Amino acid sequence: MPEAETTEPERRDEAQETAPAAEPDEAPYAPPSSSKPEDDATAPARSTSGEVQPIGSGPPPEDTIIELRDLHKSFGDLDVLNGASLSVERGTSAVVMGGSGAGKSVLLKHVVKLLTPDAGEPWVKGQRVDEMTGEELDDLRLSIGYLFQGGALFDSMSVEENMNFFLKRHSALSKGERQDRIEETLSWVNLVDTAPKYPAELSGGQQKRIGLARAIILQPEILLYDEPTTGLDPVSVRTVSDLIVRLRDERGITSVAITHDLLCAEIITDRAHFIYEGEILESGTLKELKHSDHPTIRNFFGN
Amino acid sequence: MRFTNLLPDQRSPVGNMLDRTGELASFIGRFFGRVWKPPYEWKETLAQMDEVGARSFLLVSVTGLAIGVVMAMQSRGTLAAFGAESYLPNMLTLTVVKEIGPVFTSLVLAGRLGAGIGAEIGSMRVTEQIDALEVAALKPFHYLVITRVVACVIVFPVLTVWADAIALLGGYFESFVVADTDYRIFFTMAFSSIRFEDLMMDTGKTAIFGFIVAIVSCYLGYNVRGGTREVGQAAMRAVVVSSLLILLADVIIVRLSLMLFGGVGSALQEHFYHKGMTRRGPFTSFGARLAIFDC
Repeated sequence: MPEAETTEPERRDEAQETAPAAEPDEAPYAPPSSSKPEDDATAPARSTSGEVQPIGSGPPPEDTIIELRDLHKSFGDLDVLNGASLSVERGTSAVVMGGSGAGKSVLLKHVVKLLTPDAGEPWVKGQRVDEMTGEELDDLRLSIGYLFQGGALFDSMSVEENMNFFLKRHSALSKGERQDRIEETLSWVNLVDTAPKYPAELSGGQQKRIGLARAIILQPEILLYDEPTTGLDPVSVRTVSDLIVRLRDERGITSVAITHDLLCAEIITDRAHFIYEGEILESGTLKELKHSDHPTIRNFFGN
Repeated sequence: MRFTNLLPDQRSPVGNMLDRTGELASFIGRFFGRVWKPPYEWKETLAQMDEVGARSFLLVSVTGLAIGVVMAMQSRGTLAAFGAESYLPNMLTLTVVKEIGPVFTSLVLAGRLGAGIGAEIGSMRVTEQIDALEVAALKPFHYLVITRVVACVIVFPVLTVWADAIALLGGYFESFVVADTDYRIFFTMAFSSIRFEDLMMDTGKTAIFGFIVAIVSCYLGYNVRGGTREVGQAAMRAVVVSSLLILLADVIIVRLSLMLFGGVGSALQEHFYHKGMTRRGPFTSFGARLAIFDC
C-alpha cells in the first residue's frame, strides 16, 4: 500500500507537481473562463470509459482511483444499494445524480468506510476499503477530502480553528507554517476575512466554501462532495462549482460529487452516473444521460 | 446485538429496550477497549473537566448550601423530640456525606451534564460533524466520548466533596442562627462522626455515577438518527436514564458496601462505644447496628 503510506509533505509535493503554474496565493479566487471541461481546449484528455471490473477480479487498473463493484447495503428491511457499480478515473470529476432516497449519499460513504457494504467490493487507490483498519485506513482517509452536505463545520470552533484542528493533528508544520497554509487556503476560496468568525455567523454558501477549504487543507488526492450546492442560490452554485473545477484543473484532484443540481453537474462533470433505487442505471457524459431512452432518467431531466 | 430485524417503531417496547441495553453494553465495552489506547486527548479532557467542573461549580454550591440548611432545619425538631438535638452535627454529617451529598449532587449534575452532553454530541451527529472527524482520521470516539467520560469520573467526586463541605457550612449557619452554636463544637462533633475512609468510599461512588451520566449521555447522543427532534429526545433521555441508573447503582453500592465494610458510620459507633452507649460487636457492621438500636 505505497500510496496509503505517503506522508503529508510528500502529498503536498505531489499536488504541487500536478498543479499548473498559478499558485493559489498568487491567484485569488476568480471563476474559470470556461467551466465546461469539454469546452476547455487546454484541459488534459480524460477517459470516460469507466468499465467496472467484475467481483473477484482483483485490484482495478492503476488509472482507476475509485471502483465500487456491485455494492449492496440494507438498513433493516430497507435495501438502499442494490448492486451499485461505478468507476472513477484518476484526475477526473464524476457526478452521481439521482432523486432523493436513491442511495447517493450511502454510496459515497462507502468510499471512506463510513459505511461498509453487505456485499460487493469498494476499491480506492488499489485497496479494498472495507477490509482496511487502523493506520492503513487512517492513511487512506487522509488522502481523501470530504465536503459534507451542510459543511459539517465544528460549530464550537472558529473558521480558523476548524482548519487548524486538522493541521495540528495531521501535519508536522510549525505554528507559522500552519497559519500561512490556512491563509493560503482561505484566500483560495476568497474568504480570508471569515477566519475569526464562527460557522453560525456565515451564510450557507460561505459555509460550503469553508467546508471545501477545510477539506483541501491537507491537500488530498481525492475529494468527495455530498450535495455541494444544495440549498444555495444560483450565484453561489456557480461559485462553488467553479471552485470544484479549479481543484481538478489546478491541483489534479479527482472528485466524486453527488448532486441533483443540474447547473452544478453541467459545470463540474466529466462523467455522470444516474442512480435509481440503489443501482446505477446508466453512465456516460451528462449529454448522453440527458438524451437517455430510459424513462426514469428522461423524467429526472424533465424530457 | 439486535433482537429483531424490524424498524424501531415496529418493535415491541421490551424488544426495543433489550436492543438499547445491548447497544449500551456494547458501547461501554468499546469504551473500555479503547480508553487505554492512543490517541490520548489530554487537552480535550482538561477542557471537558473545566466544562464539567468549573461551570457546574455554582450549581453544586447552591445545591450543597440548600441541602445543609434544609436538612438542619428539618432534623432539629425531630432530634429535639428525642432530646438528641445536640447530635445534629453528627447526624447532618452522616446523612450528607454518606448519602444525600453524593446522590443529590450526582442527580443535579446528571440534569445539567446529561442534557448538555446528549444534545451536543447528538447535534454533532445529525450535522455530520462526527462523520467529518471520522473521515479526517481524528477518532471521534476518543475525542468526544472518552474525554467526557474521564472528565466526569474525575470531577464528580471533587464536586461532591465540595458540595458536602458547603452543606456542612449551611448546617452550621442554621445552627448558629437558631441555637447560637459555637463553630468549634459544631465541627468537632461533625468530624467525629465520620472517618476519612468513610468519606473516601462514599464520595468514591460518585466516580461511578459520573461514569454512568457520561457514558449514557454520550451513547444516546452518539446514536441519534434523524434531526433536531431526535436530538432533543436524546438530551431528555440522557437525563432520565442516567438519573434512574444513578439511583439503581446507589442501592447496589450501598448494599455491597454494607456487606463488605460494615454499617452506618464506624466512627459513630466508636463514638457511642466510648460514651458507653453501646457494646462492640464482633464485626464493625454488627456493632454499628447495635449502636443504632441502643440509641
